[in-house]
Amino acid sequence: MTSAPRPPATDDRLPLDPALAPPGTTAFRDAGGLPAGNWRGARDGETLVPTHCCFCGVQCGIYLRVDRTGTVFGVEPRNHDINRMRLCPKGINAYQQVNHPDRLTAPLVRSSRDEPFREVSWDEALSVTAAGIRAVQARHGNDAFGMLGGASLFTEKTYLVGKFARIALKTRHVDYNGRLCMVSAAGANKLAFGIDRAGNPFSDILLTDCLLIAGANVGECFPVLTQYVWGARDRGAKLIVVDPRETAVARTADIHVALRPGTDAAFFNAVLHVVVEESLTDEAFLATRTSGWEEARAAAADCPPRRAAEICGVPAEQIAEVARVFGTADKAMAWHARGIEHHTQGVDNCLAVINLCAATGNIGRPGAGYGTLTGQGNGQGGREHGQKSDLLPGGRSINDPEHRRQISRIWGIDEAELPRAGTSMVEMVHQMRRGEIRGLLGICNNPFVSLPDLPAVTAAYDTLDFHVQCDFFLSETAANAHVVLPVTTWAEDEGVMANAEARVVKHNKAQEPPPGVRTDTWVMCRLAQLLGAGDKFAFTGSRDVFEELRIASAGTVNDYYGITYERLEETGGIAWPCPTTDHPGTPRLFEDGRTHHPDGLIHLQRVEWRPPADPYSDEYPLSLTTGRTVAHFLSGNQTRRLGALVEQTPRPWVELHPAHGFRNGDPVRVVTRRGATVLPALVTEAIRPDTVFVPYHWPIPTAANTLTNAALDPRSKIPEYKVCACRLERAEHLDEVPAPPTPPGRSAYPPKAQAARTDPLPPTAPQGRGTAERS
Amino acid sequence: MMGRTIFIDPGRCIGCQACVSACRECDSHRGKSMIHLDYPDEGHSVASLPTVCMHCEDPVAPCAEVCPADAILVTVDGVVQTADTSRCIGCANCVNACPFGVPKIDLAAKLQMKCDLCYDRTSAGLAPMCATVCPTGALFYGTLDELRAERPGVEVVDAFAFGGTTVRTGVATVVPADRGRRPLPGGLPVVEVNGVDVRKADPR
Ligand code: SF4
Ligand code: SF4
Repeated sequence: MTSAPRPPATDDRLPLDPALAPPGTTAFRDAGGLPAGNWRGARDGETLVPTHCCFCGVQCGIYLRVDRTGTVFGVEPRNHDINRMRLCPKGINAYQQVNHPDRLTAPLVRSSRDEPFREVSWDEALSVTAAGIRAVQARHGNDAFGMLGGASLFTEKTYLVGKFARIALKTRHVDYNGRLCMVSAAGANKLAFGIDRAGNPFSDILLTDCLLIAGANVGECFPVLTQYVWGARDRGAKLIVVDPRETAVARTADIHVALRPGTDAAFFNAVLHVVVEESLTDEAFLATRTSGWEEARAAAADCPPRRAAEICGVPAEQIAEVARVFGTADKAMAWHARGIEHHTQGVDNCLAVINLCAATGNIGRPGAGYGTLTGQGNGQGGREHGQKSDLLPGGRSINDPEHRRQISRIWGIDEAELPRAGTSMVEMVHQMRRGEIRGLLGICNNPFVSLPDLPAVTAAYDTLDFHVQCDFFLSETAANAHVVLPVTTWAEDEGVMANAEARVVKHNKAQEPPPGVRTDTWVMCRLAQLLGAGDKFAFTGSRDVFEELRIASAGTVNDYYGITYERLEETGGIAWPCPTTDHPGTPRLFEDGRTHHPDGLIHLQRVEWRPPADPYSDEYPLSLTTGRTVAHFLSGNQTRRLGALVEQTPRPWVELHPAHGFRNGDPVRVVTRRGATVLPALVTEAIRPDTVFVPYHWPIPTAANTLTNAALDPRSKIPEYKVCACRLERAEHLDEVPAPPTPPGRSAYPPKAQAARTDPLPPTAPQGRGTAERS
Repeated sequence: MMGRTIFIDPGRCIGCQACVSACRECDSHRGKSMIHLDYPDEGHSVASLPTVCMHCEDPVAPCAEVCPADAILVTVDGVVQTADTSRCIGCANCVNACPFGVPKIDLAAKLQMKCDLCYDRTSAGLAPMCATVCPTGALFYGTLDELRAERPGVEVVDAFAFGGTTVRTGVATVVPADRGRRPLPGGLPVVEVNGVDVRKADPR
């Protein structure tokens, strides 16, 4: 670690339009991006490298503090346009993973799952990997080897994953963990607008008169966005929250619709019903800007509030009130997240929201529009350039002959060599179980925690003849692999991500990777060489890949051509489409009145409510829903190792209403058709009596995903994480409540060294959820 | 109320504990947080509320007044400093005297620590770490005018009643606009005495 860190890029502060500034940004705060002289000077030799938080789709600007030896040792808030120095606890603690003792620093290899890992050289690890891939493909065909990417990777790397799978592995089976995240919204946006992204920037929230938040726990999942919500409220906007739980934001809403999980489509149809009945529609808008309104309206006509009230378990008057408040607002917006997307009718739910926005003329104006909040940092960018099973770079369809020709030309291959569409992530796991996929390369994902119906998932992975994982910590999934390749964290490489606004931001390199660690780009390029496709992967780093990506996206809907690293450093972020290098980017869509469909119209769709896939019965009468906590990120592979975050939320719990007769901390067995897990009770009135909630960041034995249902939305192939039928049982002993295991790390191989924590502590209230009694 | 100070707005707090994590990052006590997060309505709602040092002005900082070693200094601009390590004897008098439960004692090191309004940052023109990062603005650093510029009509109170005694503080709390500027009842509400719920008996 001798070389000095990259010099910090130039000051990224944007010229501000005060009307768009989030609250809490007075002149004093704006001046605070970098302290005047003495603060920095006091820290002898320290550099501040401007970059972004690696976690959620907000992509807050941060500085990484780098000491004179070039080592990351802390964080400073950064006055970036998105977050104005504000951060959530994940962002504040993210730097601690960069030089964490659990970091993998040498490739690990073993020939069977019963053996301990051996540390080997990169040459050996890569030749074992290439030989393993060849062996599987020689015996079972190219499609028997699959690849799974992730939406926390830089966009350059997601582009490489798609290209590597199709050209080096020659397999059609490639997908990514964004499939578990927000593909429902993506599918709905594509259907309605022909473009897959949020319609408005975050700053539009401050301009709206009515903000509807559906299935998004903004306070815990996108905490920094709360400033925009509060800002809208300060300016008098009405706030409507649709969520089965009284979250921190719902607590302050003008209307909190605490509907039963899995009934969103019925609710939005009923709202639309009232909008139509009370003539709150924008007829001129519907006539000139949309198609399909007749069908959408007919479906809504079938769903009067009285019927929806029964389905959703909320008062009919409340549904009418939502329609009136949203329908009469001059400018109204709807933002949603996984709460309505993680369903077997996830696409329908999102379409129902779009129908409502369009029917009231709330599309494509400042303060009026729709948006989806991406969970992963690059949830947006991660699906734009070919990592998804059915997509090629630039959002091109892999089945469209013209699109295939274009990309084959850019990649320099014969179109016939380009594989067809593969299956989605959950379907790939089923294919493993059936022996159709025999080998897998995983990069940046942790299905052993993140997939539904975990018992079936782990069994499927155990059937793999050859399993390779790239990661910087030994995740639960990596611990199952034959080869583990240690790769860089976000702070050791540069690249871009697109946040929930589709604003492309640049992450900068703050330190050299530890010795023995390589970038994912390097790994894919070297492997491609060994597999005989080296000429197509002559990249030296992210910058080269980005140049190819720009060209590959030129002229498509997802046009990145005008975005360059230099421009990103100057501006602090550019929203795509951005077709030319002097184009300012497109923060707000459809301002010219046209969508990206050839006819320029919004294609409204008929939406009908269907019940969730897992039926209720006398045996399983309650709804189980799952979600995030503010302290942890996705599968917890990163955050469950960071002391402050572990302390904040050490373990999962089951949140339930006092009506069930449990006391706080009681051991409760949550039982579904797939499995059972014992969890401590967190008793609160802030949840519906017919619904229980379990946060999902932990592995077996306290994994929420032991319980969840693997049923998929037929169009987006997203699993129905947000609702399944369950029952509660009183568990006998407190020590039946197992503590979550320490995450596997270097200490986990050999396996016996893995320490198990067994403290059966009841939850206190650090999650920010009230508990019924002081424990 | 000091010129530029922290304003606490409990209505905005989402209980995320970014303030707690940020306080840990502060160079003057790295690794330890000086912020408490309370859940005033447990079991009924998710309401939460941060407590930082209130920097008492009148009577001048009870913690500093009772310190036998004169370890807690109050600066001319009203900031009550964390204990001077060369003077503090770890007696915990300050812990007992503070009406807001702020100072913490590191028993092993026999040292008191408390929020000193990030004096290293504020004296250099920066906001304290907690108020800088607080994603919701529940902790706001600035002047009352700056606060009002952003939140028109906001009302604040900087007096807390503990029985018959009123304590005026450097840090102020946002209250509902119709509440007027009466002192806030200090301390946590008493809910239970010897297992008996006293809320109904207490007209407050
Ligand atoms: S996790 Fe999201 S909200 Fe929190 S600091 Fe990172 S980008 Fe910001
Ligand atoms: S950072 Fe702000 S919102 Fe979060 S717990 Fe602290 S005071 Fe509340």
